[in-house]
Amino acid sequence: MQKSWRQRFHLPAVIGTIPMILVAVGVFVIGIGFSVLWSFTSSKLFPTYDFVGLAQYRRLWADNRWLVSVNNIWFFGLMSITCNMVFGYLLAVFMDQRIRQEDLFRSIFLYPFAMSLIVTGLVWQWVLDPNLGLQETMRNLGWSSFSFAPLVDANTAIYALVVAGIWQGSGVTMAILLAGLRGVDEEIWKAARVDGIPTWRTHVSIVAPMMKGAFATAFVLQSVGVVRVYDLVIAMTGGGPGIATSMPAVYVIQLITVRQNVGQGMAAATMMLLPVLIVLALAGLVLWRRNRVQEAGV
Amino acid sequence: MSAVQTTASRPMQEAPDQATPFGPKPRRISAGRIGIYAFLIVAALFFLIPVYIMVVTSLKGMPEIRLGHLFNLPGDPTFQPWADAWLHACTGRDCNGLSPGFYNSLKITVPSVVISIICASINGYALTFWPYKGANLLFGLLVFGAFVPYQVVIYPLIIGLSSVGLFATLPGIIIVHTIFGMPILTLLFRNFYAAMPVELFKAARVDGAGFWRIFIYIMLPMSVPITVVAVILQVTGIWNDFLFGIVFAGRSNWPMTVQLNNIVNTTTGVREYNVNMAATILTAAVPLVIYFVSGRWFVRGIAAGAVKG
Repeated sequence: MQKSWRQRFHLPAVIGTIPMILVAVGVFVIGIGFSVLWSFTSSKLFPTYDFVGLAQYRRLWADNRWLVSVNNIWFFGLMSITCNMVFGYLLAVFMDQRIRQEDLFRSIFLYPFAMSLIVTGLVWQWVLDPNLGLQETMRNLGWSSFSFAPLVDANTAIYALVVAGIWQGSGVTMAILLAGLRGVDEEIWKAARVDGIPTWRTHVSIVAPMMKGAFATAFVLQSVGVVRVYDLVIAMTGGGPGIATSMPAVYVIQLITVRQNVGQGMAAATMMLLPVLIVLALAGLVLWRRNRVQEAGV
Repeated sequence: MSAVQTTASRPMQEAPDQATPFGPKPRRISAGRIGIYAFLIVAALFFLIPVYIMVVTSLKGMPEIRLGHLFNLPGDPTFQPWADAWLHACTGRDCNGLSPGFYNSLKITVPSVVISIICASINGYALTFWPYKGANLLFGLLVFGAFVPYQVVIYPLIIGLSSVGLFATLPGIIIVHTIFGMPILTLLFRNFYAAMPVELFKAARVDGAGFWRIFIYIMLPMSVPITVVAVILQVTGIWNDFLFGIVFAGRSNWPMTVQLNNIVNTTTGVREYNVNMAATILTAAVPLVIYFVSGRWFVRGIAAGAVKG
């Protein structure tokens, strides 16, 4: 009895993983638990345990700033993931044409990813700055009616964020998808060519479906980035003009620091967690079913 | 991972000296080839132009910038903006430039990288070879943590750290980076150890080596490649971090990214674009150097972290 207990519970292994236990349980279970708990209280600057039911959620969904933030994250997420995928795939396909200087192109496409999103945000803020960037330059070149200042217009500022997001992230998508493309068997291309299928058709109907893994990887990487987008907004627009480019991540931080409304901030944070939980649960279910099918097959 | 390695190995085959042609004979220059290069070059310009603008502007004086010719090369190149950015640029009232931020970033990044990698390698090793009851559940929670929006955990962490007096301190921010680096790094190390032959471990067990002995004398020396990937991942990640720095480091430990943002976005009076852009380049320099030195390892790190998630 003693021995089997020791085998199952090697003390050094437990001691060595104390940091992991603390992080997994302490931060990702208890921490999140407290966040959710505080979302049901009227906490202001400091947490209290004065429960108010769903009042914070009602107030949250009545707050225009939050509604704008939610709209923005959907729009930004769909736009930037779609553009990133399309542009990244195009880049990967063109890179795969036995081109010269492949390494040079790869370095150029990928280097923005090495930089901080703060840097990315500032760079694009300048390029699009009406008094300094493209607009001023074109006007100085003699096109005096040229008008291009997306960042100062509440309707277009979010497109500027999308462009900056593409600039930063599509190189990675390219790299992952290129790896996927190179993993596709050469024979498949030959077979498709023999059958007289046009190249674009081979890409869309045969090769792309075979790269499911690479697409999934790129997609996961980007989705996680989209939910967390904070630095880019802060550096580029600060959430403005007005509240036009506010995002949930920015909203939560503002509530717990500047506006000192922890209860409502935690309600917003819980709302951010909800879609992630749903997606993870679905993914877990799919994996579990697949495992069961495999076991049944054996 | 394997797919990534295929790409990694291919250009090596394609890189014989120019004298010996390799692969099928290049077709004549066709419209299609021109189209391919045109697309790639336009794309490359899109990626390069913003940085070109930053570099040339940072070398100009303010009068020249006011002329508004963004793309022109500097008529009278000067490094004064760079010196100002490093030593004199102002955030609010103190005008010490970016250099304190640089040293803060160093003080944050080095210990965070070391500690998080030590923790993660032990985790990966224990999970692979010494799984105790509940270990996989812990790992599952950790992987879950890799997907959680930071905003859900930040406030409890603020409260937790301040209750032990570590909020807004250097150890505090190091702990935070260790926490948020742990999921992805543990995943990385676990996958690496899981691909190792078990016989190695069993043989050492038969010889009577215990948990720590096997780890230090057998596993660690074999972990060099994955450690390189982890170091690249962590150094760039932590150096580029903004959110944790501004929340957890405290004013006196603010990293470079936070100081940069303060310098650029809170200037009162005249906006010194040249100084701001020089400061931006300086902040981006460290991860960029790592990127260009590490080359393919960099991509491998990103992909390896995500592939099996």
